[in-house]
Amino acid sequence: MTSTGSTSSAGSPATAASPSGHPSGSVHAADAGKDAPRLRTPRRHTPGRPGRSVPLTVLTGLVLLYTLVPLAWLVISATKTQEGLADSSGLWFGDDFALWDNIGQTFTYDDGIFLRWLLNTLLYVVLGAGGATFLAILGGYALAKFDFPGKRAVFAVVIGAVAVPGTALAVPTFLMFSKMGLTDSPWAVIIPSLVSPFGLYLMWVFATEAIPVELLEAARIDGAGEARTFFRVALPLLAPGIVTVLLFTTVATWNNYFLPLIMLKDPDWYPLTLGLSSWNSQAETIGGDVIFNLVITGSLLTIVPLIGAFLLLQKYWQSGLAAGSVKE
Amino acid sequence: MRRTHGRLLRGIALLSVLALGATACGGSDGDSSDQKPVSAEDIQAALKKGGTVTVWAWEPTLEKVAADFQAKYPKVEIDLVGERSGDKHYTALSNAISAEKGVPDIAQVEYFAVGQYSLTKGLTELSPFGAGKLADKYTPGPWNAVSDGDKVYGLPMDSGPMALFYNKKVFDKHKIAVPTTWDEYVDAARELHKADPKVFIANDAGDAGFATSMLWQAGSRPYTVDGTKVKVDFSDAGAKKYTDTWQQLLDEKLLAPVNGWTDDWYKGLGDGTIATLASGAWMPANFVTGVPKAAGDWRAAPMPAWTEGDKSSAENGGSSLALPALGKNKELAYAFAEYANAGDGVPTRVEQGAFPATTAELRSEKFRDTEFEYFGGQKANEIFADSAANVADDWAYLPFQQYANSIFNDTVGKAYVSDTGLAAGLKSWQDASVKYGKEQGFTVE
Repeated sequence: MTSTGSTSSAGSPATAASPSGHPSGSVHAADAGKDAPRLRTPRRHTPGRPGRSVPLTVLTGLVLLYTLVPLAWLVISATKTQEGLADSSGLWFGDDFALWDNIGQTFTYDDGIFLRWLLNTLLYVVLGAGGATFLAILGGYALAKFDFPGKRAVFAVVIGAVAVPGTALAVPTFLMFSKMGLTDSPWAVIIPSLVSPFGLYLMWVFATEAIPVELLEAARIDGAGEARTFFRVALPLLAPGIVTVLLFTTVATWNNYFLPLIMLKDPDWYPLTLGLSSWNSQAETIGGDVIFNLVITGSLLTIVPLIGAFLLLQKYWQSGLAAGSVKE
Repeated sequence: MRRTHGRLLRGIALLSVLALGATACGGSDGDSSDQKPVSAEDIQAALKKGGTVTVWAWEPTLEKVAADFQAKYPKVEIDLVGERSGDKHYTALSNAISAEKGVPDIAQVEYFAVGQYSLTKGLTELSPFGAGKLADKYTPGPWNAVSDGDKVYGLPMDSGPMALFYNKKVFDKHKIAVPTTWDEYVDAARELHKADPKVFIANDAGDAGFATSMLWQAGSRPYTVDGTKVKVDFSDAGAKKYTDTWQQLLDEKLLAPVNGWTDDWYKGLGDGTIATLASGAWMPANFVTGVPKAAGDWRAAPMPAWTEGDKSSAENGGSSLALPALGKNKELAYAFAEYANAGDGVPTRVEQGAFPATTAELRSEKFRDTEFEYFGGQKANEIFADSAANVADDWAYLPFQQYANSIFNDTVGKAYVSDTGLAAGLKSWQDASVKYGKEQGFTVE
């Protein structure tokens, strides 16, 4: 997922000049990059025509099926009424086709609270994930391109922080926010979301690779201040990394469940995850309305924006993944 | 009554309430002793003055009750925060108590959890408000659950005297008689499954609430609680009755391995593959909303007896309204809790399908004669009310029942998925509960 892997052998990667010998643009940076003649006979497959392997294809097919079946179930189930859900098999359509009706009901049930949850989620994503990405860019850039005492310590802390599950921090965070009087408000969800150790780490690695120090030096010699250098020179180079981090933080915030669960009491501030869960648990309540059909339709609607974001951003994301793997 | 999934949440909620709550409670130790009696006049004055009461409760019938209350006392505002899941509810409550901020004035607390909060002094003692006088209004089971000697920690909201719900259509189809004893129940389970391999007599994938209710009915009293002295013992005769019988059903794979309250469960209740359900008297409301297709198929019957002719029953589920110690507006909060659970709110709630804990309602002709359209016009309340009268009132839950229930599946649950017997499972549940109790500073035998 990080973009560095194969180049680390080239010494200090940011300053290293192109290794001599092989033409730029070679795809085989990793194994063919060494110029020594190969003694083994080359394997059958060539870059243009990948080899076929039956067991691998079967395995991939199974994995694909395993991944897609729940999604298919979700889409199919969203077309059924509450009664239809109980009557028919999960993986095929029932007699009723109630998708549009379900969507309508999802948005109107309980005075249209679903729309409110959707807007809340968007708010948390824009401010939380957006803010987290922005902070990760600033921090990653600083760590990659500036030398200061304690850098190694910061590195250790960031790597350590990646390993701490957010769940473990939720209760202490709750107590802290409670003392500050911020619980049960959107800030209680947004502020903790601003911290993304993994995003910072990713930006750090990416900035190390993607911004040549010479470029920064040139900008400084030309008289640009640090801010100008950052925004005009560094930021455009970081774009693929930014998109990647944004995607990660967006998904993390969009799916965040535990933090809002602990922080929020008022259903008006719920994100979608929490709202759908509360609909689901109506089935466990005495006299509660059982609305599995709306929970399913709501879940489907909830993943649509995420799928949209992935499709829209995937080309940036992919180029982000590949950046740095090839020396030019 | 509500199933308990998020064990993680439980753990964290407990961790916070026990670890941090200890400090929070340390500060308020003296409070209960200098609590002055609150007279009816004080309460009336508070009602006149008005204010806001925050209520954390999921009970849907409270909405109408709150509206009525506000109409009666226009200066009082009831802020009903409708949390809809037990786990989240207790997590939030424990967290708020630990943080000493945002604690509601009234919280819905299930009977099994009352001990936990009252012991850590998280709940206001209600006798100074005159709650002791209400004892006679309630059936013994629920009252026993909210009180400890003279001390009262909540007002019973509903109760769950058990009954056996059965799918009459399925029983009629296979010409099998509805069991009246648990031995007959096992026989019926065999016959049903033989007649149609898709049909199971019941679902059970290991459920702490159900198991404790069954033990309760069988006469087992595994928990004895005296202040911080606790005893856990699953070796009595009652427990043996339960494990011997239920083990047969497990061994012969006569129970559908379906968790309650899931969509599979609702499906099974609807399509006849789950033929009976031993549950609390609040269940009809859930049949109506959750299993609409099977309307007319189901009926209620008295719980099967452990020995023929025995009428003993037990409670399953049920909850109270309690006043967290850190809540405000105590007079107003008490006034509302009493209105909802002992006063005019009770008939309003019964009308909407709640099952009362008050004897007056349970005994009234109107209540007993109610015909349940869902049960084909059956007067099911007669069965429920008789069951309520036959509940033994000496049952006690652990002061850390929430935790104990959360480890049920790791201990007793093994009997459902492997060859570990139920009895061995109960023993390991006992050991784990004892261990936890000791760690929490209880004197455990």
